[in-house]
Amino acid sequence: METLSRVHAKNLVKWAGNKPEVLVLSADLTSSTEIDLFREAYPSRFISAGIAEQNMLSVAAGLAREGFVPFIHTFAVFIYRRAFDQMAMSIAYSNLPVKMFGFLPGITTPGGATHQATDDIAVVRALPNMTIFEAGDATEVESLLDPVMETNGPVYIRMLRGDVPRLFDKNEPLKKGINRVLSRGTDFTVISSGLCTEEAIKAVKALKAKGLSITHFHVSTLKPFNSKDILDSIASSKYGAITMENHTVLGGLGSIVADAMAGAGIGKKLYKLGLQDKFGHGASKGYLMREYGFDAMALVLKAEEIAGAKFGITENELKSVKIEVMHGDIKAEDL
Amino acid sequence: MTTDEIKEAKRVAAGIRKRVLTHTLKHNGGYLSQACSSADALAALYTKIMKLGPVETPFVPKPFPGVPGPDNHDYFTGGYYNGAHMPEYDRFILSPAHYALALYACLIETGRMDETGLDYFNKDGSSVEMIGSEHSPGMEVTNGSLGQAISQAAGIALARRLKKEAGRVFVFLSDGELQIGQTWEAFQFISHWKLDNIIIYVDVNGCQCDGKMSDVMNIEPISSRLEAFGAKVFRIDGHNFEELASPASSHKAGSPIVVLSYTNPYQGIELLKNNAPKFHYMRFKSEDEKKLYGEVLASWKP
Repeated sequence: METLSRVHAKNLVKWAGNKPEVLVLSADLTSSTEIDLFREAYPSRFISAGIAEQNMLSVAAGLAREGFVPFIHTFAVFIYRRAFDQMAMSIAYSNLPVKMFGFLPGITTPGGATHQATDDIAVVRALPNMTIFEAGDATEVESLLDPVMETNGPVYIRMLRGDVPRLFDKNEPLKKGINRVLSRGTDFTVISSGLCTEEAIKAVKALKAKGLSITHFHVSTLKPFNSKDILDSIASSKYGAITMENHTVLGGLGSIVADAMAGAGIGKKLYKLGLQDKFGHGASKGYLMREYGFDAMALVLKAEEIAGAKFGITENELKSVKIEVMHGDIKAEDL
Repeated sequence: MTTDEIKEAKRVAAGIRKRVLTHTLKHNGGYLSQACSSADALAALYTKIMKLGPVETPFVPKPFPGVPGPDNHDYFTGGYYNGAHMPEYDRFILSPAHYALALYACLIETGRMDETGLDYFNKDGSSVEMIGSEHSPGMEVTNGSLGQAISQAAGIALARRLKKEAGRVFVFLSDGELQIGQTWEAFQFISHWKLDNIIIYVDVNGCQCDGKMSDVMNIEPISSRLEAFGAKVFRIDGHNFEELASPASSHKAGSPIVVLSYTNPYQGIELLKNNAPKFHYMRFKSEDEKKLYGEVLASWKP
């Protein structure tokens, strides 16, 4: 598996070259949110707003009303926690095309609870007019700008930075409302998002080798949520569904799937992996995913519990699972 | 200002107070004090200071178009009452939406809204909302959550500079908003980005919901605080038209202009003084009190 570095930084410069209406707004986290190259390339389109996010979001609304498309860049917590009223009233209410790139989703940072956006999907999803994307790999980081731009209204993005793996074929871009099908099977349906997908791919592969039959979806459009293919799969799954998210299980992907299942009257069990109504704390990503139970081993253990079996899958086995670049919808012969 | 200009501004200001008093009597309550303190500033802004696009025939308010959204193609803001958006024209952003009634009365007096406009006030399904919203007459941003409009105006001013438009952005602010952190973030931003195409009028009536601002949360000395934030500040008598008008024609490169318009919360309706120190919303405490206000209206002299 290939790992790429500073994908957004380079991609944004290339992508924005012929889009003079795109302005980038920064709240003193220019390198940390990978907009330093943009600042160098297009200084007149870079707006430094300082550590003052409430003002920054309302300023963005004013710019949007005049025909610009502001790209807000800062850590996610400072967008939706610090400036929620501004997000709701200056931007979302008016359906303005302000695009908010929230970095450090969930526990991707050792910065502790203050820097970890562990409840953003729950609150942002409650706002009318909002669209929510979450990037799961380098291909999605590279390809989400078009659907973000094409969306008529405000968009919130759970963005990845730094070293990002490429899980999906670079010729298969993120498409709004299209879930990626990474595996097909009949025992249960796994639905994952963001960095949980890499973990889920490992666990699914190891479990399949032990004879389990699993459907695995990767979701990158959290709102509006396209539930059809996922619900069809859950309805025909023997044991039901497992969601896996880098977020609290209250209001995130698990709740989105639960809403859809209840609405469609699908009477299957749903198991939600993620933060179980807890705040994060400062530690490494791997440590925290283990502690809070949403890494590959957590999925293996959940599958064992559901299937009532012990597969004896070890830590080393999971670590050595080789991930090849995945194709969005697997070929018929793989089914 | 010429004698005729002052005469016209006076007529508009008196008309605002009279309409708001009439409305308050008719509906047994209203934001009366806001009209008393701001009528002269609004009149000066609309008749003399701002360069707004013309309105040929006063608009009759359209029904509420539904909340904005990707599928609501009928949505409009109330900005068109202030004339067409053209590069050379100024914009007007009302920040404290609680001043809606005073602004609506001003739009009627200046021939931008039909006289029947206030009949739609606070009626279900109407765009003439009690605490105005962006679809309400004369408004074009979401302004009810105090402190947000000045930042939005800063965004508009920055955008207009990027587009090389000559028109300025006028903001009408209430002094209570100076208690809000975002307001100071906005001043910081406006100064940093040297937005000298923005002019802010503050209605310093010294009052807020709970009473006197100096008791609830002191904001003075406003002038030196704003100067420290990089603004060119004028401290004026908000009931003197000459003083209201003159700062807007001055220009200091790189600095926003702030006009601190010190006002009286019962200007023009002396009887309202009895409500001191609470002026935020007028409710008649008795039929006798209402009768007294009725007499003020009956003997109204512009």
